[in-house]
Amino acid sequence: MDVVIVGAGEVGTSIAASLAADHEVVVIDVDADRAEQLKYELDVLTVAGDGTTADVQTTAAVGDADMLIACTDDDRTNLVTCGTAKTLGDAFTIARVKSTEYLRTWEAAERAFGVDFMVCTDLQAAENIVRVIGLPSAIDVDPFANGLVQMAEFEIADESPVAGQTVAEADRFESLTFVGIFRDDEMVLPRGDTVICAADRAVVIGSPESVHLFATDVAPEATPDRADEIVIVGGSEIGYQTARLLEEREFRPRLIERDGDRARSLAEDLPNTIVMEHDATDTEFLAREHVDEADIVVTALSSDEKNLLVSVLAKRMGVERVIAVVDSPDYVTVFEEIGIDIAINPRTVTAEEITRFTYESIAENIAVLENDRAEVLELELTEGCGLVGQPVADLVESIDVRFVIGAITRGGELVTPRGDTVLRPGDHVVLLVDTAGVSEIASLA
Amino acid sequence: MSLLGDVLAGLAVPLLIPVVVALYYGESLAPFLVTIAVTLALGAACRRLAGADGTLGPREAFLAVSLVWLLVAVVGAIPFVVAGVGTVAHPVNALFESMSGLTTTGATVLVDFDVHSRSVLMWRQVIQWLGGLGILVLATAVLSELGVGGAQLMETESQTRDVDKLTPKISETAQLIWGLYLGLTLLAALTYLVLGLTVDPQMGPYNAVAHAFTSVATAGFSPEPQSVGAFHPIVQWAVVPFMVVGSTSFVLLYLALTGEPMRLFRNEEFHFYLGVIGALSALVAVSITLDPSTTLGAEATLRHAVFTVVSIVTTTGYASIDYVQWAPAAKHMLFAGMFVGGMVGSTTCSIKSLRWLVALKTFRRDLYTAIHPDAVRPVRIAGEPVDERTIRDIYAYLLVSIVFVFALTVVIVVDAERAGSRVSEFEAMGAAATTFLNIGPAFGDAGPYGTFATFPMTTRGVMIVLMWIGRIEIVPVLVLFTKAFWTS
Repeated sequence: MDVVIVGAGEVGTSIAASLAADHEVVVIDVDADRAEQLKYELDVLTVAGDGTTADVQTTAAVGDADMLIACTDDDRTNLVTCGTAKTLGDAFTIARVKSTEYLRTWEAAERAFGVDFMVCTDLQAAENIVRVIGLPSAIDVDPFANGLVQMAEFEIADESPVAGQTVAEADRFESLTFVGIFRDDEMVLPRGDTVICAADRAVVIGSPESVHLFATDVAPEATPDRADEIVIVGGSEIGYQTARLLEEREFRPRLIERDGDRARSLAEDLPNTIVMEHDATDTEFLAREHVDEADIVVTALSSDEKNLLVSVLAKRMGVERVIAVVDSPDYVTVFEEIGIDIAINPRTVTAEEITRFTYESIAENIAVLENDRAEVLELELTEGCGLVGQPVADLVESIDVRFVIGAITRGGELVTPRGDTVLRPGDHVVLLVDTAGVSEIASLA
Repeated sequence: MSLLGDVLAGLAVPLLIPVVVALYYGESLAPFLVTIAVTLALGAACRRLAGADGTLGPREAFLAVSLVWLLVAVVGAIPFVVAGVGTVAHPVNALFESMSGLTTTGATVLVDFDVHSRSVLMWRQVIQWLGGLGILVLATAVLSELGVGGAQLMETESQTRDVDKLTPKISETAQLIWGLYLGLTLLAALTYLVLGLTVDPQMGPYNAVAHAFTSVATAGFSPEPQSVGAFHPIVQWAVVPFMVVGSTSFVLLYLALTGEPMRLFRNEEFHFYLGVIGALSALVAVSITLDPSTTLGAEATLRHAVFTVVSIVTTTGYASIDYVQWAPAAKHMLFAGMFVGGMVGSTTCSIKSLRWLVALKTFRRDLYTAIHPDAVRPVRIAGEPVDERTIRDIYAYLLVSIVFVFALTVVIVVDAERAGSRVSEFEAMGAAATTFLNIGPAFGDAGPYGTFATFPMTTRGVMIVLMWIGRIEIVPVLVLFTKAFWTS
């Protein structure tokens, strides 16, 4: 597939890196040095210039491309880029935007701005935060097969009842499958007798209910319920969207915003959120409002430094779980090393979402795990493809790729895969696969 | 000024109604013909003075609104003076009667109803109907533009948005609403007429039309000295829904009638308002039952309790019984009910339910923020946030209204003493509230079967002014007395 990526920032680079191995990738960036650097880093074709112009796009052969991904940091540049591309050919256009207003406009009018698929950074990040809140002990959660199947990654704490159990012991649930365990830097494919150790990260796939039940097993005291106190610090777009999504799930969060006018407008838009107007770095205020008793604190302020400060404050006051929005990907590890439970980077989330979408021709859905060590794919099986007609146990034997089938949906029903389950055409299969084997598995489907 | 001229000239049309009545009953035409001549002349003069009229800014609009109500009341008083019979022959009394009519108050200075011709009595009813129409114009078309009064609340109610969808222009919306007013009046007249033919011959065509004019307008004049009490119980029950409808938001009614009937029952203000009527009726019924001095049957107790409460809360002012005879408990509850009022956007007067609802919710919010000083909590009506400025205006309106009532109470007591008569504090407070809040009857001499003619002339003069101020939501009149209004 010929893919043109406009914008070689963090998002663009990350997408280019994921696609470069299997596709013809051209990257356009205004910064000539950056373009030159990328050429050697990723071994892709680069064009220096303004990606919104027909001139530059023609040089990058957008007219013949299958897909154009506009992912600069500027919403309007991305929209214009897609518009221009539509005048040159019929590439499938993907635009990254920050503003939810553009997303709403695009959703209301089919193919508005010449954009075929739009990814809203802030909304994606908020959805991610809410998913993580929903499963407090999970470090990553992704829905598959229209929400019928969930993939979740858990870090096993020392005191977790699951630590020390074998997979067979831990998997007490009918529709749950252990698909992978990450230990140190290794990926272990779990067998029934694999022992789960503390500090392991276990990946499970199954029905949302069974994943939730397993989460309760992993961390019994952290089971979320509607009475849980959730405090969102910072009324940024991400903060607002997080509160809105939590309201939809019948939570009643609190939101702290410093600016009076912004606080008022948030309070008007969020009927079930208690909005407070104050500086969240004021410890006296945090104590007065009993933020230390909150179960979950989400920091969504505009600067990473402030988020770090508030996160550390919240952690020190004794908040159980702190989720921080981190704008710069370099800081993600810093945050997590300091002890912040989860650091969410909107750019990474966006890059993941776009990458996931580009796989659409082969895979329905995708989740990237452990810095791209493994991927979870959702594949729709076609008549006569390499995966149908054989029992799962035989498939695992015959294919020389490390993969585990986690769940199958057949006619809208969840089927839990066993060794003797035979795959059929039309099945949706959710599987975990070593990144090195992604293209091979995908080619079989 | 040209607007004023149009209104005054237009007044000649409704004046034809009593003319028709006078012709039919063979009564003197003079009072109305003189008035028609005067109003046409005044109208022409105003138009002449206006010349090339500029645009209607807020300043001109305030002046126009205030003057329209004042001048129409003055013109409306002319027939009483020219007819020259009874207490209203005196110019101050005539103006009182006319202002009480135009402001849909319903307080009367008539003593003996029999001496007046049917056409003059009909004119009282017509003025009240015009007053109801006028207040709808004011609420739907004028005040919302000026951003004062209850009209701005209608916007927060998320109703006007839908109205906008129906008709993009305010003037068109207003026309729909007047059409509804006319339709409801016709429906009331027909209902009364049918009841007149079936259950109560007392309710002839004359009375049917006369009462139709004043029920939907929540006004309260009646050509009968016994008010609605003169009619059969079924007729009394039939009047209740028309008073309630007249005090319901016309925008809401319009939407309910054009295909969304459930809207009515989802409306928060409507809930609150019906709740107040229901609770107050029950309390009054209980207190009448417990009162040994009044002996009424179960049906009669319920009927009089509901009728009186609805009449007071909707600011109509009809009476089915002389409630002055009731125990103090019931009377004080009625006094409290005077301050409630119907819904914003109706013909009703007083403080209005939505203002109380917003005030109560704001108070509850303030209790919350007392504990959490940093919390930002908008007050919501039907899910829509209410602007803080609006809340401030509502608090100011409540305070100013209550101050006016108490100031008028003092005037009534002091003036009565000066004139050598005595009036009890409660009666004075009742009379003050009933005139300023445009309800109609009060207690004591000013009761439903009494007359305001017993108050000294000066008191009646002050009442005329306060009815005027109270009806057009205080602000338009009071701004005329500010320095800023007259200086650029």
